[in-house]
Amino acid sequence: MFWQKDIETISRKALEALQLKRLKQTVRQAWTNVPFYRDYFSKLSIKPKDITSLKAMQKLPLTTREDLRLNYPFGMLAVTKEQVVRLHTSSGTTGKPKAIFFSKKDVDRAADLIARCLIMTGVKKDDVLQNMMTYGLFTGALVMHYGAEKVGVLVIPAGPGNTKRQIALMQDFKTTTLHLTPSYALYLASVMHNEGLDPKKDFFLRRAYLGSEPYSEETRNKIEKFFGIDVYNSYGLSEMNGPGVAFECMEKDGMHLWEDNFIMEIIDPETGDKLPEGEKGELVLTTLCREAMPILRYRTRDIAMIIPGKCKCGRTHRRISRIIGRSDDMIIIRGVNIFPQQIERVLMGIKAVAQNYQIVLEAYDQMTVRVEISKDLFDGRVEHLVNLQNEITEKLRSEILVKPKVELLEPGTLPVSEGKSTRVIDKRTL
Amino acid sequence: MKQLKQISIFSENKPGRLKKITKVLAEEGVNILAINIASSNGFGVIKFIVDKCELAYQKLKQKGFTVSLNEVLAIELVDRPGGLFEVATMLSEKKINIENAYVLILGSRKKAFLIVDVDDIEKAKKLLKHENLRFFKAHKNVKRETV
Repeated sequence: MFWQKDIETISRKALEALQLKRLKQTVRQAWTNVPFYRDYFSKLSIKPKDITSLKAMQKLPLTTREDLRLNYPFGMLAVTKEQVVRLHTSSGTTGKPKAIFFSKKDVDRAADLIARCLIMTGVKKDDVLQNMMTYGLFTGALVMHYGAEKVGVLVIPAGPGNTKRQIALMQDFKTTTLHLTPSYALYLASVMHNEGLDPKKDFFLRRAYLGSEPYSEETRNKIEKFFGIDVYNSYGLSEMNGPGVAFECMEKDGMHLWEDNFIMEIIDPETGDKLPEGEKGELVLTTLCREAMPILRYRTRDIAMIIPGKCKCGRTHRRISRIIGRSDDMIIIRGVNIFPQQIERVLMGIKAVAQNYQIVLEAYDQMTVRVEISKDLFDGRVEHLVNLQNEITEKLRSEILVKPKVELLEPGTLPVSEGKSTRVIDKRTL
Repeated sequence: MKQLKQISIFSENKPGRLKKITKVLAEEGVNILAINIASSNGFGVIKFIVDKCELAYQKLKQKGFTVSLNEVLAIELVDRPGGLFEVATMLSEKKINIENAYVLILGSRKKAFLIVDVDDIEKAKKLLKHENLRFFKAHKNVKRETV
């Protein structure tokens, strides 16, 4: 089933022609209306007319997260404030956030992309979608919500948490479709299990959309088996509308990235060179249809690859693999974005803590913060150390909104960190 | 009341830590008179009463251990039923809270002392000064006295 069959199954040739046409428009729009891009272009001596082919777009500068931050709040806007109808921000936990604006048309287009995803995975009007993502500044829930309404399904805007109520809603309203993070799905499974519920018998579930955190095929299988459902991988980021950028079809073999709305490139995160299909690198996206906020060659920091070959489902939009990692130091845990600098800030504000620390992420989003204690302040008292441990845990929880396990270490046990990367050890096999 | 000091060493709770610490003491010819290990949430504090306390402290520090030195009460226990009860009663009456306690035995059970780690050692000493308690006398009980 298709939502927009013509465009979803468009020939590659026609798709590329459409991309080029839209790219030219986008470049001109950015150059004309966004001073940041105009300056950037002049620095590189590029004019919109130089973009004569899709290949030529590699002349264009890359846009980084930092660029969006520096232009916060209105700097990236390509339309007047009267034309925007919605603001989302992307968790800018260090310093300024990123502001993402939507015009009325942008909201509608984002909803269409979600509608494609839902129909692609077999959703019908009589389905009931329980949306367990966070509503608010985060794009995850609202963008899905609008798309689902567009299809005509009943949406339950449950938001995350309050698991017992979630379960009651699922039973009372015969929820068929879930939208949630993989870690919350695992948690939900454990709660159902403890309550003696069998998701296959006591519920009406058919499918779940899992996104906003990386997870593995094993986790998908586990969740599918426990709930007796199909799990589809979902990819998106606020800077590119949120969810609905790329989504799995029923083949579950990579996520179709909607290439009529975005141009994707995979680059080497070190050199910036474009990599061929099948090679892992950083995903770079260019918006093609956005009115309020066109973004050119945006470095997502997500590491993935383009899957070569056609998909059996008939869609011609190429697929990307699961997100294999991130090329920066941001941690996503239980759906929350955390920067190691936040943890550093808390730790360095506590006297009895020495300079070195390490963040270890393990399965089921367990986070352990390993902290070296200060030699000078050690007085031999276990009680004082326990208090210190509790103080660190509590201060971290209130800063990052996730309660980590805190381990106290002897000074000098951790490797001396040369960069931020060694501070974070991600052992998650999700 | 002679001073008795205890060495406390911070240690992660993992195999081999005690070995590393005691190796230093063995190499320096330090004799361990009593040991106590308290662990909590993945870490531990190992406490020693040794004959050459200052030396042990300095050497452990040099080797990079996280170590501290503090005075403890060492109250003699009478070797018969009720021995500890008497001491505990006394501490209770004086409202001295025990942070940590363990036993030091000398001369093949000839003498036993309750090592008591308290919050305020000076206050505790004052409170117990006139009580009928016998305390550890370093020069008598430890041959090479450096305590």
